[in-house]
Amino acid sequence: MSPTQPNAFEVLCQTRTRPVVTAEFPSFDGGTLDDIRAAAEKLAPWVDAINVTDNPAAHAHASNTAMAIALTQLGFNPILQVVCRDKNRLAIQSDIVGVSMFGVQNICALTGDDVTAGDEPEARRVYDLDGPQLIKVASIMGTGMYLSGRKMKSVPHLFVGAVENPTAPPLEYRAERALKKVEAGARFLQLQIHYRPEQLEAFIAACVANGVAERAAILPTVCLTKAARALSFMNDSVPGISVPAATIERVTTSADPKEESYQLVRELAEHALSLPGVAGLHITDFRHDDSVRRLTEDLAIGPRFEEQHAHSA
Amino acid sequence: MGGLLPLIEHGIKKPVWDCRMCGQCVLHSTGMTCPMTCPKTLRNGPCGGVREDGHCEVVPEMRCIWVKAHDRSQHMPFLPRSWREEFDHLRPPVNNALQGQSSWLNLMNGRDRVTPPGWAAAEEHA
Ligand code: SF4
Repeated sequence: MSPTQPNAFEVLCQTRTRPVVTAEFPSFDGGTLDDIRAAAEKLAPWVDAINVTDNPAAHAHASNTAMAIALTQLGFNPILQVVCRDKNRLAIQSDIVGVSMFGVQNICALTGDDVTAGDEPEARRVYDLDGPQLIKVASIMGTGMYLSGRKMKSVPHLFVGAVENPTAPPLEYRAERALKKVEAGARFLQLQIHYRPEQLEAFIAACVANGVAERAAILPTVCLTKAARALSFMNDSVPGISVPAATIERVTTSADPKEESYQLVRELAEHALSLPGVAGLHITDFRHDDSVRRLTEDLAIGPRFEEQHAHSA
Repeated sequence: MGGLLPLIEHGIKKPVWDCRMCGQCVLHSTGMTCPMTCPKTLRNGPCGGVREDGHCEVVPEMRCIWVKAHDRSQHMPFLPRSWREEFDHLRPPVNNALQGQSSWLNLMNGRDRVTPPGWAAAEEHA
């Protein structure tokens, strides 16, 4: 990847010639470059970019920067997630300039789950910057300087985005918060996993009304799971995700919970993609089978369907 | 900075707003709700972890301070309109060097509005 030219994900977020598809890379706790390659090869044919997470749910894993560099060197296109929880502004800036030298361009800024969500709740939480401030700092770095105003040796090409949660209170404020992030420099928004289509719909409509949908590529997120247990777990333990009891019930009482879990996600994804103002889809996968492929094929989205869209356009 | 002023300021603001003496007060723009009482010390609105009932991700028995701030910035009587509108402004990163100082003094001498040059340059750009 050329460090100075926009990458395919950025181009697609801007041109929107077909739905953009991104997916989350699994966390690593050791292994080799070959393991990373194998995991990336399973996802890459179906998606436009791969998110590397930053100590998700406040659990330590192989670092976001190491994974992003590895993916880039192996020829894949990563989105570097950066959370505010673990590092101060100096460390975050050095991470961003460091990965940019390896050709990593896509940065996704998050506030981050609190340390209390993880397995080391006694850790010090940092939050020296908050989410919107981090977006702005990354955008400033994209002009070739640090927050202090000190110039870098070269201007890194950065494509900055963020996350917003369409289903967390105060619901009526979330689109305004998305606008604040766009004004700070976010050009794509990957949304938090949701199980409330009506809330997503209201959020997207508000984002169309206030211009967010035009200025940033909005990618709602669906989460591939295997059983009702995963849904209950998310509802009870993952900050910011609530799953309606009826949805859990639907999977529990079905004859084939695994298939029903898939169909549920497929419906949520179809609904999300049908909303005007939605630019694509972000997929998290806890099934670890071939469901990412199945979902993108069933929905006819992703790089494999480039041709078809070119013809129908 | 030592002196009497920080003591007086804290004496008044602590009991009313649980003031943390960040030295760069933004209470007026946050519905008179101190953002430094958010466990993540967020200055720009609620995180994505707010619970369905509007309570805090970190402290479940506490109402999210940003849910409270949003509510108050809209509905609190006698709040000037410009203060309500400022709710949506992007507040710059906290200047940790001002911690413990009197924000009243920093307001008067303008020190609370000084942002890092990179931030200021981007503002001019926008
Ligand atoms: S839920 Fe509200 S008070 Fe709690 S950490 Fe998030 S923004 Fe702060």
